[in-house]
Amino acid sequence: MKYLIYILLATGLIQACSNGPKTLPFLGERSTKDTLINGKTVTDTIYQTIAPFRYYNQDSVLISNTDYDGSIYVADFFFTSCNTICPIMHRNMLTVLDKYKGNEHVKFLSHSIDTKYDLPNRLKKYADKLGIRDNQWQFVHGSRDSIYDISAKNYLVAAYEDGAAPQGLVHQGWFVLIDKEKRIRGAYDGTKTDQVAQLMSDMDLLLQEYEQK
Amino acid sequence: MSKNKFGIFSILSLIGIFFYACQSEEEITYARYYTAGKQLYENKCANCHGNDGAGLAMLYPPLTDSTFLKQNKTKLACYIKNGLQGPIQISGKNYEGIMPAQATLSDIEIAEIITFITNSFGNKQGFYPYQQVGADLQNCSN
Repeated sequence: MKYLIYILLATGLIQACSNGPKTLPFLGERSTKDTLINGKTVTDTIYQTIAPFRYYNQDSVLISNTDYDGSIYVADFFFTSCNTICPIMHRNMLTVLDKYKGNEHVKFLSHSIDTKYDLPNRLKKYADKLGIRDNQWQFVHGSRDSIYDISAKNYLVAAYEDGAAPQGLVHQGWFVLIDKEKRIRGAYDGTKTDQVAQLMSDMDLLLQEYEQK
Repeated sequence: MSKNKFGIFSILSLIGIFFYACQSEEEITYARYYTAGKQLYENKCANCHGNDGAGLAMLYPPLTDSTFLKQNKTKLACYIKNGLQGPIQISGKNYEGIMPAQATLSDIEIAEIITFITNSFGNKQGFYPYQQVGADLQNCSN
């Protein structure tokens, strides 16, 4: 009887220790897929991924989801004339960019929700003033429907037009972390420095996941 | 022993009250303006100009150019109340953008913001009374 307790305690300890390195969660919806391998049914979990997209960037170049293949990236929603949360978000995004400057495995993607006025030339001016010269951080313009659709359904960020709001547009300030398989691995309030710090440490963790593979 | 401590405490308190009473009326008003101005700045200005007044790259100018602030001191009320459209030269760099108007701010609030800004971020220009706001606003060029 005594031995049994020891064995139970030991297995408990082993289990507690076998968690290994911390990994990031998968956000969004998930489904299962059954496949038959060697006569056995194997169930896989399918995580929500970002749907394919095509947008014009600040250089009026049509870019797509394939430009983000092989990198993790941070996505957000903003507009150039926004003077509420956007300046704070992009002040913080610059800090994140600085940390990963030149790292080809890390990219940034900002979608403008002011689809009427934020055409590529205006995005270019904005990027220039922010000091962005290369394509590690891209600012994109898309049709109204596609931007609002991808924000709500894919990145899980609320953005909408509201005539009652001072600037007519309302959106959340999330920085959404996407992995190389286009899955959502984290969402952080881009206006809060402690959450942005969390984003950076989670990005390190995510990059480590790929290094170990 | 505890009597002694109480005695020392009383004397120190008296000295404190004495010094406080010696602060001039203007110094007290200045301190009140500055505190209220800090609050207003954080609500109305800090998004773009930053909590440290450093601005944001070439998008929003910093508030650390003491020379500019000194030379344009009588225009600051107009800038805040009516907004400002560039180009504008700050610390040797040309900024072009639009600063939105804050038409709902009262004269006293504008005075508090100006007192805070012109005495923070390395600036030291002293008290800016609210009566000045009304006078300055009459001379706005646009």
